Amino acid sequence: MADALLQIDGLSKRFGGVIASDAISLAVPKGQLHAVIGPNGAGKTTLIAQLAGEIAPDEGRIHFDGSDVTALTVDRRSRFGLARSFQITSLFLDFTALDNVALAVQAHAGHSFRFWRAARREEELCEPARAALARVGLAGRGDVIVSKLSHGEHRQLEIAMALATSPRMLLLDEPMAGMGPEESARMVKTLRELKGELTILLIEHDMEAVFALADRITVLVYGRIIASGPPEAIRANAEVREAYLGEQEVAHG
Amino acid sequence: MSVRLNARNAFVAGVIAILALVPLYAAASGNTFVMSLFTRIVILAVAAVSLNLIMGFGGMVSFGHAAYLGIGGYAVGILAKEGMNSGLLQWPLAVAASGLFALTVGALSLRTRGVYFIMITLAFAQMIYYVAIGLDRYGGDDGMTIYKRSQFGPLIDLSNKTAFYYLCLALLLAAIYLVWRLVHSRFGMVIQGSRSNERRMQAIGFPTYRYKLLCFVFAGMLCGLAGALLANHTDFISPALMHWTRSGDLIVMAVLGGMGTVFGPVIGALALLVLEEALSGITEYWQIILGPLFLLVVLFARGGIDGLLAGINRG
Repeated sequence: MADALLQIDGLSKRFGGVIASDAISLAVPKGQLHAVIGPNGAGKTTLIAQLAGEIAPDEGRIHFDGSDVTALTVDRRSRFGLARSFQITSLFLDFTALDNVALAVQAHAGHSFRFWRAARREEELCEPARAALARVGLAGRGDVIVSKLSHGEHRQLEIAMALATSPRMLLLDEPMAGMGPEESARMVKTLRELKGELTILLIEHDMEAVFALADRITVLVYGRIIASGPPEAIRANAEVREAYLGEQEVAHG
Repeated sequence: MSVRLNARNAFVAGVIAILALVPLYAAASGNTFVMSLFTRIVILAVAAVSLNLIMGFGGMVSFGHAAYLGIGGYAVGILAKEGMNSGLLQWPLAVAASGLFALTVGALSLRTRGVYFIMITLAFAQMIYYVAIGLDRYGGDDGMTIYKRSQFGPLIDLSNKTAFYYLCLALLLAAIYLVWRLVHSRFGMVIQGSRSNERRMQAIGFPTYRYKLLCFVFAGMLCGLAGALLANHTDFISPALMHWTRSGDLIVMAVLGGMGTVFGPVIGALALLVLEEALSGITEYWQIILGPLFLLVVLFARGGIDGLLAGINRG
């Protein structure tokens, strides 16, 4: 795909005898929301970690906006416009919510070799941070120490931090993990608003959310892509139903 | 960041007032030992403040921080021995040499984490300790007396004990103010964020290594200055300046007073050295009392003495 923002070619990663990524190739065009689903242990988080630069692939290349980013470090990729959120909440727990997001803004506001002015008083950092908080529904919660926020709020803050880096693409690792139905619904709403504006790679177990949001879905099983296509095609795919969706379809009656 | 009147700030103001009044008390009572003890406290507080910058705010537990005391001290001692007594030469060199050493140690150790980081910083400190033992011209194992304190011409006479004490105190307060500005600046936010969650810092786009390295160098330079002061205070340098137990003392001061608060290490230095003096007056096995006391602070007052005061504040 010529206009793909993210292009992955033959990405492979082994951990000892376990093949976490088996020649994964996929392309995400600009503005699309591409969901990756698969059972536990299918290698979804490993895929995100390779895209974000935390794990180096054994083989394969990753192109972002036409440039090969395979060898770039995590922070370089972030400054390039690739932002990730974490499946297991990864925040600055001893800081306020606003501090958390302001740090993400600061990371993209030039270098931080500034030693004198109080960062918390810089409107240049606080204002975009407040905007990002409002965007995910955390307006008014900025002054709360993060360890005192609820799990759902942590998940929202994860997204706010990724957004605050003004990314071109979001890599979201199970943003709805552990959320109640109400919180999930709010997250779906947030993601729907972001869709189109940003390119998104979404890993999620909540099938309802995935089928509601995704333009394309890729199904990963044991590190291998077994199907990729628009939601209707995936829903109809016999192999996918057998490998993954089956049990849930039954559960839904 | 506005300054409020509360128990903790009142306590801090009280401590500063006491430190400022020590020479008056010493002059009135004729007790010169108090002057000497408090000069030591103030100097080691500078060192503890510098350690707290990397350990309390940056999460970098350096177990070799006394090395900079040694480097700063030897810079003064070696130059004095070679007949160069100007403080304007000695002190900048003490600071620069410490910074350079910190750059070397940091460049290697900051690539590791946890216990490995602690061990590498300790290893470097031990290395410089043995280098000092090997310096036969400068006293070797026995150390060396400095016959002339750093000269600052008409500016200040360091052999005047009161003047020297106030200089040390002024430098301590300046160091605290500097660290306070630093940890709240953009740079400081990066340092604190790296302590809290370095992985996330990188994920949002910070090349954390270079910021931590610079912070490590700042702390080394500040401690190097403390070393220069200490050499002037004791008129003597020896490898004992940088013995690993002294690095341990500095850690104890920072933990005892309260890591991650700017003033905590000063309280820690004061508490540790005063207790040491008081308890060693009671029994020669004073460490048997100090040990459990320290244990109690670590177990029940995680924020150190400063944390306790903040707790009173919250009611």
